[in-house]
This record gives sequence, structure tokens and C-alpha cells, in this order.
Amino acid sequence: MLFQGIPIEFFLVTSTLMFFIGVYGFITRENIITILMSIELILNSTNINFLVFNRYLFPGQLEGFFFSLFVIAVAAAEAAVAIAIIINIYRRFKNIEVDNASEMKH
Amino acid sequence: MEPVLGNQVMFIIFSAMIIFFSILTVTSRKILRAATYLLFVLLATAGLYFMLNYQFLAAVQITLYAGGIVVLIIFSILLTHHIEHKFDPVPLSKMIMGIVASGFGVAITLFTLLNYNFVTTTEAGADVSMNAIGKALLNYGEKGYVLPFEVISILLLAAIVAAIVIAKRKKV
Repeated sequence: MLFQGIPIEFFLVTSTLMFFIGVYGFITRENIITILMSIELILNSTNINFLVFNRYLFPGQLEGFFFSLFVIAVAAAEAAVAIAIIINIYRRFKNIEVDNASEMKH
Repeated sequence: MEPVLGNQVMFIIFSAMIIFFSILTVTSRKILRAATYLLFVLLATAGLYFMLNYQFLAAVQITLYAGGIVVLIIFSILLTHHIEHKFDPVPLSKMIMGIVASGFGVAITLFTLLNYNFVTTTEAGADVSMNAIGKALLNYGEKGYVLPFEVISILLLAAIVAAIVIAKRKKV
């Protein structure tokens, strides 16, 4: 069944590719801010999935809708705390490569 | 048939934008450019939400993600980097590792979801107007979401306090 001419698989393929591009960035990047950006990509692709499943499979309910609303709120809180930590790391080491962060406990 | 074709064209534009700019986000060697590409990805995602008829969530996506988080990221870039700073190229072994890991993931996920038979329905969609969303968020009866709403409120408060405490300069 099509929703306005687009099969559900198209959305899912898009979000799958987005998710694993985020995973690739998470593995290869060494800067904390770019790793944070990769995490945002991953969260965003799961949001697309929640909404697509809600719209195509259970359009009478709103579970997926509210789940992605709450994911967006959690992502905002996470970004705020992450950036506070990044500024703290920068004060101590004058750069923000992840390799330094293992020394943070001292 | 005309609106269906328009929908498909818009979907292809949005998803091509998402994939193209996602790749640029994780491979760009200039960090401010990576943040800008991330902004385009988030805006194209908002476009997909509009296509699914979730207008409120698309507006939340634009204001909170594209407006809030990207601005926060750009501020922290400006606080911690020189604008001309360019990353070293990724070492080949790491790049191969990343491509293998994400390639495996893509292969398995696509294999599973293209072989699965999704049973889509044509039943009428629930009301997603602002009015219905607000009532559902504060409703403690059936189909109410007041508990997660309160949990998120406390989480946001804790995050605000934590961000201030962590970023505060210690008195020497």
C-alpha cells in the first residue's frame, strides 16, 4: 500500500543509509564535536523510522509521534551537556581530540 | 495522478539531499562546513516530516534541531577552533574499518527490511493538530502521555543545572 505514492521501503532505506553514515563518522572522527554531529545523524534517522512506522502501520495511534518528540527533547538536553563538557576539556587541554579525554579524571 | 508524481519528486529530492549532505558531514575536513552540512540534513528531514503530514513535528525539528542544536554546535566550534583549522586526513586503516563496519550494517539491515512484508493500512490517521497533541501530553487517562512529559521536564531541568555546573570556571 502506498502513502501518497511512496512505498514505506523508500523511507526506511533513506534512514538506514543515514544511520550507517552516522556510524561511519562515529568510528572515523577524532574530534569530539564531529562525533557529536554523527550522533545527531543517528538520532535523526531513528526519528524518521518512528514516524514512518507510525504513519504507515498504525496511523490511528500516536506512539511513534510522541516517541520522536521525546527523542528530540533528549537530544537537545544531551547536546547542551556535551557542549559544557567540551568547553571544560578545551580549557584543560587546549584542543578537543578524544584521546585526551581519557585523562580527564585526574 | 499529478500530486502523486509531485510527491515522489519531492521525496527523491529530500532523500538525495539527506544522503549527500550526511556523507559530507562525516567526511568534510573543515569543521564549520560539517556543521553547515548537518543543518541541511536536518532541514531535509523536516521536509520528510512535512511529507508524512506531521506538521507540528516538522516545526519542532526546524526550531529545536536546526535552530537550537546546530547553533549550539556552531558556538562551541567558534569557542574551541580556529576557523582555518583543517583536520588531518583519516588514516587508511581506520577508514577501511569504518567502511567495513557500516557496510556490513547497511547490508544486513537492507536485506532484512526488503525481505520483510510490511502490512500497511489505509485507516484514517489520528488527529495531529496542536490541540490534540497538547491534550494527549497532559492526559493521564488512556492514550495519555503525562508521565513521560513530566520525566522529560525533570531531565531538561537536570540538564540545564548540569551544563551550568560543568562549564562553570572553578575559583582558584
